[in-house]
Amino acid sequence: MKRNLYAALAGATFGLGLLLSGMTDTLKVQGWLDLFGAWDPTLAFVMAGAILPMALAWRVTRLRGGSVLGTAFPTKPDVRLDPNLIVGSIFFGAGWALAGLCPGPAMATATFSGAGGLLFLLAMVAGMVAAPALKTRIARLGAAA
Amino acid sequence: MQQDWIFGFAGGLVIGLAGAIFLLVNGRIMGASGLIGGLVDRSGWGNAAERLSFLAGLILVPGAVVLLQGGYDNHLTDNLAVIVAAGLLVGVGTRLANGCTSGHGVCGISRLSLRGIAATVTFILAGGAAMLFFRHLVGAI
Repeated sequence: MKRNLYAALAGATFGLGLLLSGMTDTLKVQGWLDLFGAWDPTLAFVMAGAILPMALAWRVTRLRGGSVLGTAFPTKPDVRLDPNLIVGSIFFGAGWALAGLCPGPAMATATFSGAGGLLFLLAMVAGMVAAPALKTRIARLGAAA
Repeated sequence: MQQDWIFGFAGGLVIGLAGAIFLLVNGRIMGASGLIGGLVDRSGWGNAAERLSFLAGLILVPGAVVLLQGGYDNHLTDNLAVIVAAGLLVGVGTRLANGCTSGHGVCGISRLSLRGIAATVTFILAGGAAMLFFRHLVGAI
């Protein structure tokens, strides 16, 4: 129960931060990616702001055996850069530019971005359903190359 | 413009605080695509309640704030084909790469994860290239 309450608190805080930062506005996100148009650097300030408390939190994980609720901290993943990481990030970046939405803000704006916002979420979930099969193929191609 | 940067930085601090709570209290990485994706492909059904609680907070609290404020225009395009293409690409891409702006960007860079940094640089460059192509060459967005 406690675990769910803190998860809800973290989700709510994340949503409020997104709203305050302006990253729920698709024009501001698209502006960040529009290097050859009216470039908007706001996203860099958001990233810098977000990385500060997170970097501190990662340092705290080194001093503690586990989280407050007793779960072990996530281990650092394998450092190898596999084809799925790069191909996936290229797909994601392209989709991010097209609508100005990434998963966090798409969820945070779900109740007030109308039918378009819900359609985006539906398509995103469909993409997530399709991903595992594609992931195996890309991994195989990467291993063969 | 400069006011936007200040709000951006302040909002960023709040986002980082959220990630810090989720990491230090729950022991989890705050990655939006992973939290949703684990529910979609069943890999995260073992802690589904925790994921759903996070998503409930993420959806409902900004919704309540906007309701009290009297509305918010997120300027989403009304081109349905663009929305569907964008959603599919974001869904497939974040699951292939195991992360998005929050997981790789915020949580990955802050622990100096090579994968997080590589993913973030790649999706920003790809986004910039897509913007150049679709906005300035094709004129679709």
